Amino acid sequence: MRKRIYLDYAATTPVDPAVLVAMRPYFNRDFGNPSSLHSFGQKAKSALEGSRNVIAGLIGAKSEEIIFTSSATESNNLALKGVAFANRDKGNHIIISAIEHDCVLNTALWLSKQGFEITQIPVGKDGLVDPERIEKSIKKDTILVSVIWGNNEIGTLQPIVEIGRICRKKNVLFHTDAAQAFGKIPIDVVRDNVDLLTASSHKIYGPKGAAFLFVKRGILLTPILHGGGQERNLRSSTENIGSIVGFAIAAEIADERMNSENKKLLMMRDKIINKILRKVPDSYLNGHPTKRISNIANLRFAFVEGESMIMELSAAGIAVSTGSACSSPKLEPSHVLLALGLRPEEIHGSVRISLGRWTTDKEIDYLIEVLPRVVEKLRKISPFAR
Amino acid sequence: MYSEDVIKHFRNPHNMGKIKKPDGIGKVGNIICGDVMWLYIKVGKSASRRKKDEEVIIDVKFETFGCTAAIATSSMITDLAKGKTFEEALKINKQEITESLGGLPPIKVHCSVLASDALVEAIYDYLAKNKRPISKELEERHVHIKREKEIIEERYKEWVGKQEEVVGEK
Repeated sequence: MRKRIYLDYAATTPVDPAVLVAMRPYFNRDFGNPSSLHSFGQKAKSALEGSRNVIAGLIGAKSEEIIFTSSATESNNLALKGVAFANRDKGNHIIISAIEHDCVLNTALWLSKQGFEITQIPVGKDGLVDPERIEKSIKKDTILVSVIWGNNEIGTLQPIVEIGRICRKKNVLFHTDAAQAFGKIPIDVVRDNVDLLTASSHKIYGPKGAAFLFVKRGILLTPILHGGGQERNLRSSTENIGSIVGFAIAAEIADERMNSENKKLLMMRDKIINKILRKVPDSYLNGHPTKRISNIANLRFAFVEGESMIMELSAAGIAVSTGSACSSPKLEPSHVLLALGLRPEEIHGSVRISLGRWTTDKEIDYLIEVLPRVVEKLRKISPFAR
Repeated sequence: MYSEDVIKHFRNPHNMGKIKKPDGIGKVGNIICGDVMWLYIKVGKSASRRKKDEEVIIDVKFETFGCTAAIATSSMITDLAKGKTFEEALKINKQEITESLGGLPPIKVHCSVLASDALVEAIYDYLAKNKRPISKELEERHVHIKREKEIIEERYKEWVGKQEEVVGEK
């Protein structure tokens, strides 16, 4: 078989073998429903609470502040809609950044149709939110600020601690979507002034179908799912125990290896950026050069289109992704790259390379060898290349 | 997602590049939308006995900025157009291009329209430059393609305005 190189870890990650082993018994041996009083149920219940303790401990939270959900999308929906509807009497203004993930952006757009007022804070050319602009946008009726911690497309890390401090000072709730950041940077919800935080399992070598929302004690949320009252009545549904157990193990492993993995990935990431930018004329880095997650590089190549780059790279066995309109179901360019002030034609040539636990130097060298050739080939077809 | 033939044409496109001193050029698409096709044609007398002395497209080349489907349809239209009379070439439509490629994902069918538009524009360019008669139908197609282009550019202007509004602070 032809070699396949996965460099799309920001999209999803394979499950770590140790995680798979740890979660497997909960699909058939310890399969009970945590709400059942018998021994099957109690076994599952204790695994569920054990997982909750582990995750809470990793971010400086209390166990009861962790609500398990099915996905980061669900957590973000619960955070925004939950706060919005529970605080309607206090105000109806919500602030988000211009580079939120679609699930925050579209939830906010939906809320605006329900009568809430949404302000989107622009970012600089480097993809960073200026906390001062958030402070200036907070009004008397502002109930929530939500800013993505690590951006999924360009990898920029936002000044979350500062934004949190401002929100605390102004007495406004602060939520952050940490789907890309959790497990990759140290997080302490108390130190970092975070009221609500979203994280997901499948971005950190856990299974799909598990995520959590940290909700600081005392914050009222209106649930989205009504039913049997699981998860402190905030998220009814029989708990996805196997995936939750896997998530907790994956989070523990990510925490243990955070420093060593970051060191390795950062070196690889910067090697890719430096070598490619040097080898390919008219190529650029999207997003801040250093304030970024260790595993994401987003590069832009003039005169060529991203979808065709993806296909050429895929033919060479390399899996990456693009923000080009041609690759999206809506045929619209990425709103994140637009927010950086890039023109649609510049966005078409953007490629996201994201590294992970099993990325090797050999794979990186292969990418550095193949990518410039792909760009060169497509530029030969392009009418714009010189 | 893509058929084998699409991938084949995309990876090894036929008739790629410029024609020096072309007899006609068709420039269609819009870089803002992500697809731009430039089609060059060379016109001459047919060498085949059947079309003896008839004017045919003796050479055709393309340059394309765009996705896999845009490049594959460009390559396919050059194959389909070569050796054809104008009358024959103008009959090449999106169905023929799409079918010749073993199908396109629904969302990419517009790329095949772009390819046939590029050929129409190249032929129109040749006829107009040489002050040759242009059929009513061709004139209409040319006007339609130009108008579509203008609409997209107009929509883009509005769209960029809208983006700034959404992204900007209120």
